[in-house]
Amino acid sequence: MRDTMDAPQPLVQVRDLKMHFPIYAGLLRRRVGEVKAVDGVSFDVMEGETLGLVGESGCGKSTCGRSVLRLYDITAGSILMDGDEIGALSQGQLRTRRPTMQMVFQDPQASLNPRMPVSAIIQEPLDEHTKLSKAEKREKVLELMDAVGLNRRFANRFPHAFSGGQRQRIGIARALALNPKFIVCDEPIAALDVSIQAQVVNLLEDLQEKFGLTYLFISHDLSMVRHIATRVAVMYLGRIVELAPREALYADPLHPYTKALLSAVPEPDPELAAKERVILTGDVPSPANPPKGCNFCTRCPAVMPVCHETDPETREVSPGRFVACHLFADEYTAAGHAPAVSQSAGQGATSSPQETLNQQGETP
Amino acid sequence: MADGAAPILDVQGLNTVFHTRGGEVHAVNDVSFSLKPGELLGVVGESGSGKSVTMMSLIGLLPTPPAEVRNGRVMFAGQDLLTTDAETLRNIRGGDIGFIFQDPMTSLNPVFTVGMQIMEPLRKHMGLRKRAAKARAAELLDLVGIPDAMARLDDYPHQFSGGMRQRVMIAIALACDPKVLIADEPTTALDVTIQAQILELMKELRTKLGMAVIWITHDLGVIAGIADRVIVMYGGQIVEHAPVRDLFSNPQHPYTEALLTTIPTVTGARSKRLTVIEGQPPILGAPPEACPFRERCKYRFEICDRMVPARYPISDGHDAACFRADTALRKDKSYA
Repeated sequence: MRDTMDAPQPLVQVRDLKMHFPIYAGLLRRRVGEVKAVDGVSFDVMEGETLGLVGESGCGKSTCGRSVLRLYDITAGSILMDGDEIGALSQGQLRTRRPTMQMVFQDPQASLNPRMPVSAIIQEPLDEHTKLSKAEKREKVLELMDAVGLNRRFANRFPHAFSGGQRQRIGIARALALNPKFIVCDEPIAALDVSIQAQVVNLLEDLQEKFGLTYLFISHDLSMVRHIATRVAVMYLGRIVELAPREALYADPLHPYTKALLSAVPEPDPELAAKERVILTGDVPSPANPPKGCNFCTRCPAVMPVCHETDPETREVSPGRFVACHLFADEYTAAGHAPAVSQSAGQGATSSPQETLNQQGETP
Repeated sequence: MADGAAPILDVQGLNTVFHTRGGEVHAVNDVSFSLKPGELLGVVGESGSGKSVTMMSLIGLLPTPPAEVRNGRVMFAGQDLLTTDAETLRNIRGGDIGFIFQDPMTSLNPVFTVGMQIMEPLRKHMGLRKRAAKARAAELLDLVGIPDAMARLDDYPHQFSGGMRQRVMIAIALACDPKVLIADEPTTALDVTIQAQILELMKELRTKLGMAVIWITHDLGVIAGIADRVIVMYGGQIVEHAPVRDLFSNPQHPYTEALLTTIPTVTGARSKRLTVIEGQPPILGAPPEACPFRERCKYRFEICDRMVPARYPISDGHDAACFRADTALRKDKSYA
């Protein structure tokens, strides 16, 4: 898939990225299978934009973000970072690349060393990658603390003295230390209270404008992604099922999973609460044993026989909108299968979660 | 404050204090509310606002020490739950008052089958024999939408998915036909699509069984879809109490107002920039002597630093703990 927008240049180009984790079992710890956490994902992140990556827990969105930064040795695929292929680089070669690509982690409690004062935490990337003098580093640390809205006076305090929102600011300051171009934000607000979430999101937006940053913003919070993202990719079981500009995706979701996901978000408005929802049955199948055909076929309200057979290809249904669903395949739309709920929808809706699980268990 | 039908649960002036090494923490301060039969009362607040501690203290689920329920009255079925003896309280918990906890993973015992865990309250509280208890357990699993219920009784919690485990927790809570069900963030640990399933199930069960429910959550979206009446908590106090529609259409407390403008939505207008509530929630080291929200409030008057606002009535069943809602004060302008 290739974005057709001409003006912004892609900073990151990911093609057919796969990250499989082996499963070892038995007395001899033999390899018995693999968890296909990310299974053939392609997308671009344009310079200066925020690409939202949404999905439920276990869909592979975090693994995808970490793989793009090469925190893992990927199974297959290509990652072009600013025009250079980094997919096959060794971890040693990657070290010289790290300054341009950074990460903000989900849990500010776990990602900050409790025995290091804040100044040392923020300074660590400078120690590793630059040859600045002590005084220069100190000055840079204080500048960073100003930039993320932390009081300079607290530079020598330890992480436990800070609240959750402030800790996340420390993590952001550390990510900014080396003037990166690209930052992967992995659920940066999930651990924060609602009233604090807005503070951190606004900060991320301000920093993006100030430093010209490009974000891959991973979140399960669809309403927050709608606020921050330029384009949104929806993941399900290791695949991107839909990728579209923000407004188009939220106004008119095309993939049945996107529709269900958006419909499931509770709206803070009692008048809207009574609306008809698409309620999915069952749970996400295990990525170690994905169903045959389309990954979503076990829960899809619009499932067709072909979905159990072949994997849908990702196609560009309108400029910039990518969908991986048989409903949008030419041969089906042409043959009169309009992109609507098909006859088998009723069957799909009534099949109990247990049956769905069984079906999935039976697939070889 | 409650009107109409006699309340099934009536809490007055509840105070809970934790004794910690760093001194006392006043987690619940003078909380009063009532629950009418068959209604769903939503309790909203951020973490640390005291919503869970309130509910746990009223049925004696907090370990004492460090916790201490200082004073207050919790009237349920003609008796005060705070003064009643441990034996009676034990019979009420899991019997007339059911409880669903946030994390279905940690609240089920991993070494017992799901069937045994559902049968436990049935045998303890209702005195059912093993066979009868098992039949009833299967009925309950069926009720909460777990297919092939009889066979699944012999499964262990790890054989169920997150959503399924929460259904099992609901089955346990419902086992003895409770009059009141307290659900503490029952969908927070679940994904949105699974959360939608559980919300649907709860709505259905409520109409079927006619119990009163207290639903604790931090998610205003969930509250909008499910509650009849809502209590908003902040800093261990109730800051606003209103019927659900009034709360969303006419919020009176500055905290509720700010909260409603802070959260982005998936439909409707998209704001260019999120509204921010500056500052942090308070740490309650001492009994409150002023409005807990004053530090973050955009209206803040001189009186807010001196006194704790009472809960002033706005309209029928709607009140807010804010001096702006005090009509007497508003008239003489002395607060400005």
